[in-house]
Amino acid sequence: MIGNAISYLVLILISIIWLFPFFGLIMQSFRSYDPAVEYGGMVDYLIPKTFSLDNYRFLFSGETNFLLWYKNTIIIAVFVALFQTIIVLCVSYALSRMRFAGRTFLMRFWLILGMFPGFLTMICLYFLLKQFGLTQAGAVPGLILVSVASSGMGYYVCKGYFDTIPKALDEAAMIDGASRARVFLTMIIPMSKPIIIYTALVAFMAPWCDYVFASYVAFGHDSSFNVAVAMTRWVWTNDYQGYFTRFCAGGILVAIPVTILFMCLQKYYVEGVTGGAVKG
Amino acid sequence: MGKSEDKKTAGFPVTNVFANIGNTFVSGDWKTKVSFLIMGFGQLMRGQIVKGIAFLAMEAGFIWYLVSFGARYLSKITTLGTVATQKVGRKTVYGDNSFLILLFGLLTLFVILFFTVIWYLNICENRKEEELLAAGKKLPTNKKVLASLFDSNFDKTLLALPVLGVFVFTVLPIAFMVCVAFTNYDKNHQAPTNLFTWVGFENFRNIFTFGSSGFGSTFFRVLAWTLVWAFFATFIDYFLGMGVAILINKKGIKFKKLWRTILVLTIAVPQFVSLLYVMKMFANDGLINGYLLKWGWINSPIQFWVNPMLARITIIIVNIWIGIPYMMLIATGLLMNIPEDLYESARIDGANGWQMFKSITLPYMLFVTGPFLLTQFTANLNNFNVIYLLTQGQPQSMSLVEKAGSTDLLITWLYKMTVNNTNYRMAAVIGIMVFIVTAVTSLVVYNMLPSVKDEEGFQ
Repeated sequence: MIGNAISYLVLILISIIWLFPFFGLIMQSFRSYDPAVEYGGMVDYLIPKTFSLDNYRFLFSGETNFLLWYKNTIIIAVFVALFQTIIVLCVSYALSRMRFAGRTFLMRFWLILGMFPGFLTMICLYFLLKQFGLTQAGAVPGLILVSVASSGMGYYVCKGYFDTIPKALDEAAMIDGASRARVFLTMIIPMSKPIIIYTALVAFMAPWCDYVFASYVAFGHDSSFNVAVAMTRWVWTNDYQGYFTRFCAGGILVAIPVTILFMCLQKYYVEGVTGGAVKG
Repeated sequence: MGKSEDKKTAGFPVTNVFANIGNTFVSGDWKTKVSFLIMGFGQLMRGQIVKGIAFLAMEAGFIWYLVSFGARYLSKITTLGTVATQKVGRKTVYGDNSFLILLFGLLTLFVILFFTVIWYLNICENRKEEELLAAGKKLPTNKKVLASLFDSNFDKTLLALPVLGVFVFTVLPIAFMVCVAFTNYDKNHQAPTNLFTWVGFENFRNIFTFGSSGFGSTFFRVLAWTLVWAFFATFIDYFLGMGVAILINKKGIKFKKLWRTILVLTIAVPQFVSLLYVMKMFANDGLINGYLLKWGWINSPIQFWVNPMLARITIIIVNIWIGIPYMMLIATGLLMNIPEDLYESARIDGANGWQMFKSITLPYMLFVTGPFLLTQFTANLNNFNVIYLLTQGQPQSMSLVEKAGSTDLLITWLYKMTVNNTNYRMAAVIGIMVFIVTAVTSLVVYNMLPSVKDEEGFQ
């Protein structure tokens, strides 16, 4: 029993460490930025002296483009999740079920391509997007395009899942006269709910943290920023010293829906991650 | 004919291809021979309208592309342009744009390569049709050809768009940047105002040049930190995550789900929110220093992000915060797979908890998660977010060139060079170096993995 007591102690300690930054984030978001009430920048205490909704009011007041940034991020996330899932499913099915000339070559080639750092291609991608008018003002569709275009290379987890579905099922259906496309659409896809949700979830969450490429593509064009690009400025730029609490409030607003979504679909995430880890 | 079957087993594939082309030309009928020049001719003549038109259209498209667009870039690719942009009076007269020449020149090369493959397929197709006809069989109807795109040729339908996407947005840009590593494209040679040109291996020499002007010492310091970081970030998180998973999985521990949910929060919350907040927490005027000062434990703020060594340690520690939950999730699932009777018999033999961990749990976990550890390691080599959101590579050091900081990974350094210093030539070289490091680690480690060496080991 002493063993268990120690275990509980450790777990509680870990929980406190894990939750502390989030607790701090919530507390600071309620501190006012009005100098008459309290300072909005960095302070050395945790609990605000007066609780206020100033920061949240500020975000919704239209003084900044916060709502627009939020909308941009949601649009990017939804479309990326949708298209990326479709592409990953197509690639995975083809690679898992069909044997064609160049299959191993394609897989090896993509594996090697994946070892190049993504940012290497930044200037070239920027130029390509610019040709189509998809930078600055058009950054939102541009970012969707870039995220979706290369997503075929991320087929590993999904293909691993397809590999576990017995091939005999496909064969039986095809003997009954079903075409490949029919097997794929009416049999495999309905059976792959967990992996579809996993793929979509991961794709949906990535754009919320996309700072690097988003800031490069939307360079200087405030209204096509996503939340990460816009709000990182509030923390990094010294002119925005007093914006720290506003960043916290914005961060909370960003984190809540994403976190809730993740928690609801956690089961599928765990399944995908574990499956992917074991198969490599 | 059946000859092609025999040929496939003998000799190199390349000679095989040429033999195939030659044989087809010699033994083919006039329709096939014309198809060598006019693609799709043979198919059209044999009633294969769909295929014939597709091949013909590709040839037409290819010629149109070359004449109207590709040729003028390809012809300048050896020099990357010779006519500089000049100011004539008040007007700017644009000369060659090296950037476009390189990019579209490469594109044209790829298009030619692609077209050659299509041309070869066209020949094979002709040969196949002839063989079928000679054997007295009927050619598939056009309708069947189209329908096969959703059946036996479904892979082509599925992969066409993804492969095109990867080509335009990954292959072409990477090929472009690899070429940039052999040019002098930097802030003094910016297209379209200035030309840049090939410089051979100069940039690579530069990265191995030590001394005040060379990149050598900076490169190796950044590389060393990148490897150290990836090592610690991977293995500390791995073992701690496993430990936490074992702790939660232990019999008699209640609220398992609650503990897991608390830990998983760091995966769920977008990193730019959580990491930026933690960054501010550790700042000189942040919460942690604030409280430590107030309680009188320290007299002056701890320089978490200012002292190079301390900054590195802090990064690794903060990374534990977001790294453990991920490993915990994976370990939780795997731990349940270990047969209970293994532990049972160990207990009967009088083994204690540590011994059981050492000789049952750990070997099993290492065996199963080997590939995962490898991917984690390479992912950490390129872990941009954690480093950039926490320190942006700071603190900067005077002894490092190109504004590299003490916590910069190769990847963040590359980013800074691209965005802030527009030193594309060196950024490209660093990118290639990152590739080499990743590829070498993957190859070496992959072949050492127990699960690769001995697949049956734990079954």
